[in-house]
Amino acid sequence: MKIVVAIKRVIDYSVKVRVKSDQSNVDLANVKMALNPFCEIAVEEAVRLKEAGKATEIVVVTIGPKAAQDQIRAAMAMGADRGIWVETVDTELDALTVAKLLAKVVQNEQPQLVLLGKQAIDSDNNQTGQMLAALLDYPQATFASKVVIEGNEAVVTREIDGGLQTLGLTLPAIVTTDLRLNEPRYVKLPDIMKAKKKTLDATTPEALGVSLQKSIKLLKVEAPAERQGGIKVESVDALIDCLKNKARVI
Amino acid sequence: MNILVIAEHDNQTLKSATLNAVSAAQAIGGSIAIAVIGSGCQAVATDAQAIAGVDKVLLADNAAYAQHLAENEAKLVASLAKNYTHVLAPATATGKDLMPRVAALLDANLVGDVIAVVSPDTFKRPIYAGNAIATVQDSDAIKLLTIRGTAFPAAANTGGSASLESVSEVFEATKTRFVGEEVVKSDRPELTAARIVVSGGRGVGSSENFKVIYALADKLNAAVGASRAAVDAGFVPNDMQVGQTGKVVAPELYIAVGISGAIQHLAGMKDSKVIVAINKDPEAPIFQVADYGLVADLFSAVPELTAKL
Repeated sequence: MKIVVAIKRVIDYSVKVRVKSDQSNVDLANVKMALNPFCEIAVEEAVRLKEAGKATEIVVVTIGPKAAQDQIRAAMAMGADRGIWVETVDTELDALTVAKLLAKVVQNEQPQLVLLGKQAIDSDNNQTGQMLAALLDYPQATFASKVVIEGNEAVVTREIDGGLQTLGLTLPAIVTTDLRLNEPRYVKLPDIMKAKKKTLDATTPEALGVSLQKSIKLLKVEAPAERQGGIKVESVDALIDCLKNKARVI
Repeated sequence: MNILVIAEHDNQTLKSATLNAVSAAQAIGGSIAIAVIGSGCQAVATDAQAIAGVDKVLLADNAAYAQHLAENEAKLVASLAKNYTHVLAPATATGKDLMPRVAALLDANLVGDVIAVVSPDTFKRPIYAGNAIATVQDSDAIKLLTIRGTAFPAAANTGGSASLESVSEVFEATKTRFVGEEVVKSDRPELTAARIVVSGGRGVGSSENFKVIYALADKLNAAVGASRAAVDAGFVPNDMQVGQTGKVVAPELYIAVGISGAIQHLAGMKDSKVIVAINKDPEAPIFQVADYGLVADLFSAVPELTAKL
């Protein structure tokens, strides 16, 4: 079974985001970039499926500028076999455009399973996997916390509001990962060295036959309203007094 | 403007997130229809008809829609959408599963997690876990939105008298099989809709110790939440997680107990009207957003609070 994992280069999750003074976007100059945490979980799941003998090849694909190759190499160091880099200068593509590019890659590669993170921690869209599934008319399981391959089916447990749901998807299928699916491994130095020798093919939206149209225009990015800290109270009695008589919430 | 709101429900009752989405539709302005898609969900349609300001309820009642599978519902919503300028759904697990699939079928984009309507084509949404707010303009012919419930008031669920129309189109996927569902049953209010939320963090220390949190919550008729640290440590199930990767809540009163206040957690609760923090570490970042902070050992302060309320 071949698995395609779509990954994204994003700001490192530990970096405090700052909005540019002209409110055109957030300031990404000289900040640490990394593999999106949910994508990392998707790569880890693919590698575990390969280690369990369920998958034979893992292909990672990313869309972005040249620097996005770093994230392909990071995924290769975790255990992915091969990489595809779709070169775009624009890092703010619409989710639908991203899904269309990925659909072309999936059509070319013909995997049985496509894994994606449920969302990227920059745009927080949570859309690409579902759109990709619609474009390919594949079954989907979003927010996966458990993936089991049984014959021609992926049995996926999903995190839904108030609990868990389990679906059986006839392969090929799309699965998006939630946080608790797994804990990604630490990569060892020899694996980083090995990753450098793996095949990384480059392609372009033109070669894939996808035009980079946009229907969502970013007008402005603002910092959220700052919440002012309040007061410290000395005792439980003082707290109850504040809640009853000042805030009037109890 | 002709707006369609997709109802959130469990085939028996209409979820309050639908009422918030109706408010967002009212902010856009125009005639409002609600689609109730499910199986054996007539009672939900009746509830939807009573929502103030709703003109029409579309009821698609078929076994194919019983589990809200995105594969089936997306095709139906895409078909219904052609009569509307806007299609809105609550930004819940179900709405987020469904709406991008609808969008791709319509060759359109989707504006997710809308927190404000600027104009009928311009919306605000949080990005970077709420650390920035983007204003975006959508030029798609049909605007598709998911609505963050905590950002809009609930529309009144009485006083309306919408007409009811049956939808007979059925889409049934053959490649998705429903295996099962484990939904936690609780007598406490739902986390995202509760007026008061009491949350516990790593400081609570164990699953067993969470009983002090439950006791306070029950005294206040509050929902119980938790930080990611408490969930990851296995103290409570993951559907209780409040934060960037969990649920976003904005109750009238949020009581954070033994929670340090990581950015991850703050992203999920900072829009609460009144925040109380109880933590023994006076330097905990939670105190920077709390209206009332109590530096104390939670195992003495919380039972005392519960007893005195």
